Amino acid sequence: MHLYLPIAGLSVNALVIVLLGGAVGILSGMFGVGGGFLTTPLLIFYGVPPAVAVASSATQITGTSVSGVLAHSRRQGVDFRMGMVLVTGGAVGSLAGGFLFRLLQKTGQIDTIINLLYVALLGWIGLAMARESVRAVLAAREGKAPPPITNVRHRKWIAALPFRWRFYGAGLYISPLAPLLLGFVTGLLTVLMGVSGGFVLVPAMLYLFGVSARVVVGTSLFQGLFVTATTTLVHSLTTHAVDLVLAGLLLIGSVIGAQIGSAMVQRVRPERARMMLALIVMAVAIRMAIGLTWRPDAIYTVQLL
Amino acid sequence: MSARFSARRRRPLLALIACLPLLIGASEPRLVPDVSNTQIDIAYSFTGAELLLFGAILYPGGRAPAPDTDVAVVIKGPAEPLLVREKAKVAGIWINHASERFRSVPSFYAVATSRPLDRLVSPRTAAIYEIGIDNLLLSPANGASASEQARFESGLIDLKRSTGLYAEHVGGVSVREGVLYRALVPIPARVPVGQYTAETYLIRNGHVVAVATREISIGKSGFERFVAQAAQDYPALYGLAAILASLLMGFGAALAFGRVRR
Repeated sequence: MHLYLPIAGLSVNALVIVLLGGAVGILSGMFGVGGGFLTTPLLIFYGVPPAVAVASSATQITGTSVSGVLAHSRRQGVDFRMGMVLVTGGAVGSLAGGFLFRLLQKTGQIDTIINLLYVALLGWIGLAMARESVRAVLAAREGKAPPPITNVRHRKWIAALPFRWRFYGAGLYISPLAPLLLGFVTGLLTVLMGVSGGFVLVPAMLYLFGVSARVVVGTSLFQGLFVTATTTLVHSLTTHAVDLVLAGLLLIGSVIGAQIGSAMVQRVRPERARMMLALIVMAVAIRMAIGLTWRPDAIYTVQLL
Repeated sequence: MSARFSARRRRPLLALIACLPLLIGASEPRLVPDVSNTQIDIAYSFTGAELLLFGAILYPGGRAPAPDTDVAVVIKGPAEPLLVREKAKVAGIWINHASERFRSVPSFYAVATSRPLDRLVSPRTAAIYEIGIDNLLLSPANGASASEQARFESGLIDLKRSTGLYAEHVGGVSVREGVLYRALVPIPARVPVGQYTAETYLIRNGHVVAVATREISIGKSGFERFVAQAAQDYPALYGLAAILASLLMGFGAALAFGRVRR
């Protein structure tokens, strides 16, 4: 069944988009990532203009995050204080991102920067997660207790930051400047790459801050919810690239997928779930790295003046 | 209603006036063109359209129709200025390294002819009337060398061709006994909106002997038009509506799956 997307200006197979949303929703429910790191490249591959893909997938993540946050908050799985600090940083970050986006667009290097960001971030995070989860799986097989996720409970530079706050849900006593900075970075990434930043937030909270694993996914979804909502607004106002029909189709799939995913996660052992996410993340990174070095299909690209 | 009616009546008249200089020779034939639809609406199920251009060739003084009459139909979308970027391998990765501006690039261009272009008109005539994709005047604006401009031009044209926005349909026009012609031109789903022109050229012995122009407007309709306009005119409301819609859908799914009780 074909549907015409009014902003993207092309007609797509509605079923394909709904299924794509569904697959991404399952990942989101399982791992607390928005799934934008998959949606955006796949939409661009399908022929959707990059700006529309980035803006509309941000809208989709908002909806997907809602059901996740609701589910996790009932289980006390959200540290709202940590979440609000991340959101504040994220709001500032998304404004700065909007400015940076326009600057890069003018120089014509936005695509390359976005691709390089993807490769570097996904590659690094994928490797780190794979290493950690393989160790945990091996330890479990030998019947030992899994090794602690962070060796250093509080990283030195984080501990050196002034005025500490107590984050009860996260089980931390650290300076809010660290999560504020993290929020800022994810806000930047949301605008530039159309991702909720969950794939950065989750590992950063786990491995850098040592946040209690119980609240990581919920808190990441909470921050993603607000930051993607802000991003939708920023894109609506500046690039006019939010496609309601496209976002709607993605949402139909992903809100259902998110529910399936969060039900599935209770049957999979967490270290195995992390290993699966690590593999997916690395696969995307490798695909994008190949894309950068292979001769592209289109040597020439056009931009309206 | 009446204004619309009169505007419609006036159009063939204008076309006639446009043809007057050609008619003054008196011995040359005249075109009576028509088009299947002067308005193409893009609605939710739009997957492309087909435009039928047809008409008659009138010969003055009751002369017998000439069998060697050829017809070319050119459909052009609104012209726009473009920046074309070229990628090159720098330090192992492909990045944009050079660019060229073009002042007026038709957003859509389709030509249908009754014979291959090189046997239809002389290169000079083809260039004057912009018949054929390679004869488009794209007005490069950077002042680069001619060979460089040609490289960017062919890159741009290849890109447009691959997306179906530029097309040549050789043999797409059939002329029946030198009197009636018809051309079927496919319009792809990605067609840009705007005011289009359909030009019909009557060609004999490699020369254009009559021209007729019809206007076609391609626009979004119904819900699609509403969404596209809202995104442009009320961006803040549109953004809030998008957020609200996604929140409601997320909440609805959570409810439906029984994750939120009470």
